[in-house]
Amino acid sequence: MNIYVLVKRTFDTEEKIVVSGGKIQEDGAEFIINPYDEYAIEEAIQVRDAQGGEVTVLTLGGEDAEKQLRTALAMGADKAVLINIEDDVEELDQFTAAQIISEYLKDKNADLILAGNVAIDGGSGQVGPRVAELLGINYVTTITNLEIDGTSVSIKRDVEGDTEVLETSLPLLVTAQQGLNEPRYPSLPGIMKAKKKPLEEVELDDLDIDEDDVEAKTETLEIYLPPKKEAGKVLEGELADQVKELVQLLHSEAKVV
Amino acid sequence: MSKKVLVLAEAREGALRNVSYEAIAAGKQISNGGEVVSVLLGDSVQGLTAELGKYGADRVITVEHPHLKQYTSDGYGQALLAVIEQENPQAIVFGHTALGKDISPKIASKLQIGLVSDVTAIEGEGDAAVYIRPIYSGKAFEKVKVKDGIEFVTIRPNNIAPFAKDDSKSADVSSLSVDITNLRTIIKEVVRKSSEGVDLSEAKVVIAGGRGVKSEEGFAPLKELADVLGGAVGASRGACDADYCDYSLQIGQTGKVVTPDLYIAAGISGAIQHLAGMSNSKIIVAINKDPEANIFKVADYGIVGDLFEVIPMLTEEFKQLKVNA
Ligand SMILES: Cc1cc2nc3c(=O)[nH]c(=O)nc-3n(C[C@H](O)[C@H](O)[C@H](O)COP(=O)(O)OP(=O)(O)OC[C@H]3O[C@@H](n4cnc5c(N)ncnc54)[C@H](O)[C@@H]3O)c2cc1C
Ligand SMILES: Cc1cc2nc3c(=O)[nH]c(=O)nc-3n(C[C@H](O)[C@H](O)[C@H](O)COP(=O)(O)OP(=O)(O)OC[C@H]3O[C@@H](n4cnc5c(N)ncnc54)[C@H](O)[C@@H]3O)c2cc1C
Repeated sequence: MNIYVLVKRTFDTEEKIVVSGGKIQEDGAEFIINPYDEYAIEEAIQVRDAQGGEVTVLTLGGEDAEKQLRTALAMGADKAVLINIEDDVEELDQFTAAQIISEYLKDKNADLILAGNVAIDGGSGQVGPRVAELLGINYVTTITNLEIDGTSVSIKRDVEGDTEVLETSLPLLVTAQQGLNEPRYPSLPGIMKAKKKPLEEVELDDLDIDEDDVEAKTETLEIYLPPKKEAGKVLEGELADQVKELVQLLHSEAKVV
Repeated sequence: MSKKVLVLAEAREGALRNVSYEAIAAGKQISNGGEVVSVLLGDSVQGLTAELGKYGADRVITVEHPHLKQYTSDGYGQALLAVIEQENPQAIVFGHTALGKDISPKIASKLQIGLVSDVTAIEGEGDAAVYIRPIYSGKAFEKVKVKDGIEFVTIRPNNIAPFAKDDSKSADVSSLSVDITNLRTIIKEVVRKSSEGVDLSEAKVVIAGGRGVKSEEGFAPLKELADVLGGAVGASRGACDADYCDYSLQIGQTGKVVTPDLYIAAGISGAIQHLAGMSNSKIIVAINKDPEANIFKVADYGIVGDLFEVIPMLTEEFKQLKVNA
């Protein structure tokens, strides 16, 4: 089975966000594989181990993303591809990202493509379904279980807490939801092996893409931090009085009940 | 310039979801005096059209087909593209719900247009509309503009206020017949876990419990308080991991994102991944026996104490408030 995983490099979840000059400050920040993409990588490895085939992890980004790709290789992926757009693309939105990724994938005959349900930084959840649509294949989002038998696929997906049980077939793109699996940590031998696994780098020229054709459709005008919350009021006194006071505050001051 | 705006109405178990009305209000703002057309899909939805008019839709278009009884991206995609082709809107608004998240990128990709997802506020009107959306799990915000082409946005439930219901208003209703074929996904079954009570992502009040709730039974007092306030019960991942409740209740970075008017966190420490799912709530109340707990840093009001004492007292007090009102 020919399996691809879309992997995004994101800010570590614990990082504090600092905005300066209208941009998120990246210097010194820790970066990780988008947590949902870890589920996607783990699932891809499990499917390959059960069915045979090859797992390729694919990132659109800059040189720095090699680190996350090596981590994915250390987890057990076979090959990695970096579509390096650092020098070509200034503004990127989900339209741009999906157009470029699908342009790369269009002649790869992937049987199964896995992505995260959402990137924890950009947070749109668009890239997976957009890529599937561009490739003309079916997609299922927020999956929590995947079973493949030949070309038949049985899936459980999370729909706002409810579980949908469905059937479809390959080729297919799925996006991973929490609960799909427990992503493994890279083992030491895995990390050693990863160093020798192939990591291909391609640029827009190699894909015959003209930047103008993939120009972003949306534009970020401003990035800002939410207004600092004033320190809240921790109530004091007898518990019964605190409870009474809280109800009054919620009713008369905050007016939410 | 005024715009014609197409907005998606969403029904759940035979009733319209609030986000349908919020989308109408958002659509009105983007339309700048233009027409707002609400689209309703399903196998039998005529009974729901009147409500949409009362909440401000100028027109309603229904597409009814047995294949639209359950959502599939193929079925809904075909129906929506047919409506878009007929109506030629300059803007489109969906809810950022499970359904809206799943279908909107497909439509955007098909039409080769931009899409601004998970919008929590809109500034300006018509061509000057600017969309505000959280990024980095709500730790920052961005203002986004659509450069050209159709303005397509999804709005986060509970953030854009709907118009007040006006019984004297009505919308023209028409139907479009669309041939829905070739569904590549077959839904076998839907296991409902969250259907009890109020929908978590749309609830105005959320009572969330964490590991401090200590057991499945420990959630009972929270449920009672939620019932009194007409709210929903949520949870931290700590509580879900400990099997005190189902993962469908999890709030946070890897769970649901909620923005109720009132969020009460009981026995939740306030880990950054939890805050990602609730920090944009209007009012946050923390109940925790540890005065150093991080949750107090984001709370508007806090009570340091045992949740098993505080919650039942709160329930009684709110009951009293209701009686007196
Ligand atoms: C070099 C660079 C420059 C950028 N410049 C801008 C800018 O100027 N303005 C701006 O607004 N944004 C910019 N971005 C961010 C960009 O808009 C988003 O990364 C991209 O559109 C994905 O959107 P999202 O974060 O909403 O992902 P989602 O759609 O939420 O991601 C869902 C899933 O899609 C896959 N995926 C998403 N992105 C990638 C990727 N890059 N590679 C592989 N798989 C992926 C992953 O599986 C992910 O889990 C830039 C990103 C890069 C790498
Ligand atoms: C990648 C990643 C994603 C994550 N995603 C999420 C997510 O989506 N949502 C989420 O919630 N977490 C998430 N987490 C986990 C998160 O880091 C925390 O571990 C989790 O939120 C802790 O849950 P908790 O606050 O219930 O438990 P704890 O941190 O154990 O806190 C329990 C609290 O209860 C208090 N307490 C105990 N008994 C009582 C009592 N009788 N009365 C009052 N207070 C009491 C204690 O003082 C303590 O503050 C994620 C973690 C990672 C690494």
